[in-house]
Amino acid sequence: MLVGLAVDLMRCAGRALRPWRPEKPYLRARTVSHLAWVGADSLAIVSVIAACVGIILSLQAAIQLEKVGAMSYVANLVGFSLVTELGPLLTCLILSGRAGAAFTAEIATMRISEEIDALAVMGIDPVRFLVWPKFVAMAVMAPLLTIWADAVGITAGGIFSSLALGLSGKVYFNQIAYFLGFRDLMSGLVKSAGFGVAITVISCWQGFLAREGAADVGRRTTAAVVQSIFVMILLDLFFTALNYIFR
Amino acid sequence: MSGRLESPDIALSDVSVGYGERTVLSGVTTVLPGGKVSVILGGSGCGKSTLLRNIIGLVPIQGGRIVLGGHDMAGISEAERLDVRRRMGVLFQDGALLGSLRLGENIALPLREHTELTDSLIEEIVRLKLRLVGLADFMDYFPSELSGGMRKRAGLARAMALDPAVLLCDEPTSGLDPITAADMDQLILELRATFDMTIVVVTHDLESLYAIADHVVVLSAGRMLFEGPLKQLAASDDPFIHQFLARQPSRESRILGESWSAMVESRRISATGGA
Repeated sequence: MLVGLAVDLMRCAGRALRPWRPEKPYLRARTVSHLAWVGADSLAIVSVIAACVGIILSLQAAIQLEKVGAMSYVANLVGFSLVTELGPLLTCLILSGRAGAAFTAEIATMRISEEIDALAVMGIDPVRFLVWPKFVAMAVMAPLLTIWADAVGITAGGIFSSLALGLSGKVYFNQIAYFLGFRDLMSGLVKSAGFGVAITVISCWQGFLAREGAADVGRRTTAAVVQSIFVMILLDLFFTALNYIFR
Repeated sequence: MSGRLESPDIALSDVSVGYGERTVLSGVTTVLPGGKVSVILGGSGCGKSTLLRNIIGLVPIQGGRIVLGGHDMAGISEAERLDVRRRMGVLFQDGALLGSLRLGENIALPLREHTELTDSLIEEIVRLKLRLVGLADFMDYFPSELSGGMRKRAGLARAMALDPAVLLCDEPTSGLDPITAADMDQLILELRATFDMTIVVVTHDLESLYAIADHVVVLSAGRMLFEGPLKQLAASDDPFIHQFLARQPSRESRILGESWSAMVESRRISATGGA
């Protein structure tokens, strides 16, 4: 089933990339609405959490670095931790709880109420209609939201450091600009795109597995969130190891 | 927009039906005639809805052959199966309308997928189909805002969107009040008369059976008990068919009824001290 879903998604990708026969307008509209829902509607919660994490990191870094008189390195720690690790991870944790759980609940409910059978009978591929727009939305929006979370977290950390820790804003942002490279940013973005894809595939797969009434919708949704988080951590380990090996 | 199937007869030969390893129905051989209403009748859990899903192609059969409009459903490619499916409309038990789409969008969906019609033409067809089932004023409603009967009628409008040659209905009158159920029966008869469709209805509703059936298939205890015209059904000497048509309670239920009566009687005796 999971392999079948992956194959169907690859087929959808092939269809979507055919310039000579573009996707039906109603399917494009579904993708746009998913992009807006996953992206724009998650902006507020991602911003709040990223800002809090930025401030927490500055505080934690300050406690240690103050002892060795290296306060200016607060910026390095905040920037590097956020861009390579916490930005993608926290953003995708939010997306897993917010969007992934909703994907599972939607598809599971549709499975139980025969709506997916109805799609198949109408000759509409359920994967193309239901999963593909979610897949595109997550693959595009997870990295974009990560960039936003990185920016908000670093800015919040900088403002807090200059107001509460006595670190000059100019020094903080100079340190960030000097030490953070394009490669660091890309490693975070690759992670978040991978997390986004994993969340979508696991959430939709769990939705399709639903069989036994409303209780199963709840069970599948819980399983989807737990499995998504587990796979995200494994992927994180994999990407980080890869990044270390090819540094 | 949609072509007709070569022949709208549905032929089942020695069909076995089941879930996984378990067979619930076997040896079903019948021809559901084109242009007629065929009713598949049977008690709850006898496999009649599963048989319908086999005909649609949603669930593979365990054995036998289903030939729909000249196409052996087991021997055709996925593309051909999709093509056959496009020419059949299915009314699911609860309508199976997509909850996230408005009624109009639900009915427009097969048109948007399978035709290159303009939006204005699609809207016109949707209005026409909704008028056909008496829901012209509900185009902008979500399915959750409609009653059960309205949802079924809307499901019928969606099943009719591509002008199918075959209409398959799963329990179209279940859960409806007698007047709404009669309306649904009338609608099915009108569809047959107007569009000369092959209609297959799965039900255990006797009122519906007498109102709409031309051809009847009776299923029970894992086999087919009867198949033929409605007028021959009453002449069947099968005890299950007699019991079913006479709406007599089952033996188990009679035993249960007797034990309840005995319990009530014993309570009465103990309460009055046998006086």
